[in-house]
Amino acid sequence: MSLIQFWGALEIGLIYAIVALAVYISFRVLDFPDLTADGSFPLGGAIVATCLVAGWSPWSGTLLAFGGGVLAGLVTAWLNLRWKILHLLASILTMTALYSVNLRIMGRPNIALLDEETVFSAFQRAFSSHMGGVLVLMGVIVTVIAFLFWRFMVSERGLALRATGANPRMARAQGIYTSGATYLGVGLSNGMIALAGALFAQSQGFADVTTGVGTIIFGLAAVIIGEVFFPTKRMALIIVGCLVGSVIYRLTVALALNASAIGLQTSDLNLVTAALVALAMILPQVRGKKLMTRR
Amino acid sequence: MIQLENVRVTFNKGTLLERQALQDVTLSIGEEEFVTVIGSNGAGKSTLLNVLTGNIITNEGRVMIADQDVTKWPVEKRARLVARVFQDPLEGTCGALTVEENLALAAMRGKNRGLSMALNKKNRELFRDTLARLGLGLENRLRQPIGLLSGGQRQSISLMMAVLSPMEILVLDEHTAALDPRTAAAIIQLTKSLVEEKKLTVLMVTHSMHQALEVGTRTLMMHTGRVLHDLSEEARRNLSSADLLRLFEELDPS
Repeated sequence: MSLIQFWGALEIGLIYAIVALAVYISFRVLDFPDLTADGSFPLGGAIVATCLVAGWSPWSGTLLAFGGGVLAGLVTAWLNLRWKILHLLASILTMTALYSVNLRIMGRPNIALLDEETVFSAFQRAFSSHMGGVLVLMGVIVTVIAFLFWRFMVSERGLALRATGANPRMARAQGIYTSGATYLGVGLSNGMIALAGALFAQSQGFADVTTGVGTIIFGLAAVIIGEVFFPTKRMALIIVGCLVGSVIYRLTVALALNASAIGLQTSDLNLVTAALVALAMILPQVRGKKLMTRR
Repeated sequence: MIQLENVRVTFNKGTLLERQALQDVTLSIGEEEFVTVIGSNGAGKSTLLNVLTGNIITNEGRVMIADQDVTKWPVEKRARLVARVFQDPLEGTCGALTVEENLALAAMRGKNRGLSMALNKKNRELFRDTLARLGLGLENRLRQPIGLLSGGQRQSISLMMAVLSPMEILVLDEHTAALDPRTAAAIIQLTKSLVEEKKLTVLMVTHSMHQALEVGTRTLMMHTGRVLHDLSEEARRNLSSADLLRLFEELDPS
């Protein structure tokens, strides 16, 4: 693996670290398997790309992408909570609809952003390096998001969110509006995923409707790797685990894809990831441990 | 404090399995009364309790708590007025969260949860003192996941959690049924002393005749969705569990 490939993997790892935190909310905190992610990730890219082409400032476009993701999440939560559609199916419905929505937003399957001013442009000029600018800004963004995420999770409202997923009956008896908490969690999660999608499009120089395939599994892989390295219930360490997991995962994948001896190519990424996640879920059972945490 | 007016609950309405879980129950419980409820399986004890907590919304009748009509209030809204201890300690606590996080959830029962830190120096101190009173050494395990504690320990904490915030009524749902006899006795002692000290209004459902008479100030005997005997403090005084058992046999001669 060359240095360029290393930095490239780190860059993608940082962007997907945001996805990992978002997936942690839906899968782990709320116990709400939410596949909306595969649609909200390209949604973020579609929104920001359309905004940039229309001459908006990149930061407001990125913020709007976050808002779009929140909306997508709210739709999924609404289908589940208001109409009792199974969460998995509700999220697949939203994800499917988002494919068309994303095409509508962009007006075509992909938009090139190479000549547009992005959130990274100023940093790329300052460091007179394309990748350096992205890495520095992504480092800052991920640090800020991780801190805000931690601060929210240990707040009264964040604790209510955690109780909602862990024991909804007890949560309600403590006066927690579990529906409201679910809307908040799923909305926030998809907002973060769309934000990651917007940053991904800007760093890669294009938005494409197909970039969402596998988002949820990439996020889950990062969460699981994080849990292997930081087997803890402490929120701060769990968050660090998600970030480290995402980066390790990307580096490993880059290493595997570049080792010509193994004979893998870039298109094998999804297969490798799915196998990895499946393995991570099978191993604890083979070892005879309980997969789920205790109630 | 609690008024039930002609409360009726029907399960599986309009089907072959239709069953009247509560039939026209009218009941008034005053402030600082400690009411124990007994009855055979299917008598309507749990339904009565769930009607108070909001887990079951009555189709007919009115439920008043502290002069407020709460008939249509969901569980989470009633939490401001009602504290509940579940039968299963696993249900009343969050195993994945730490002991202090569970206590912090209970300390905010029925209040608006904002963005301030759920745990701080002040409430940690309160939690430590709260648990120290149990004499189980749990005050040193605040940061451990509550899932690591035994059922008895978790139930003791559930009870302390219930009284951590002010309430109008305390609802105990066979809260010693899942425990071994010795732990159960300890939990009953703790219940008695907390109720006395905080001057609580309590409704306790129990399976044990002995327990029903041993604690509280009033006993309700339920059968087939009705309150058949309402035993006041005086009436209970001359009653043994054997007498109670006889009353039950009269209901069900089979």
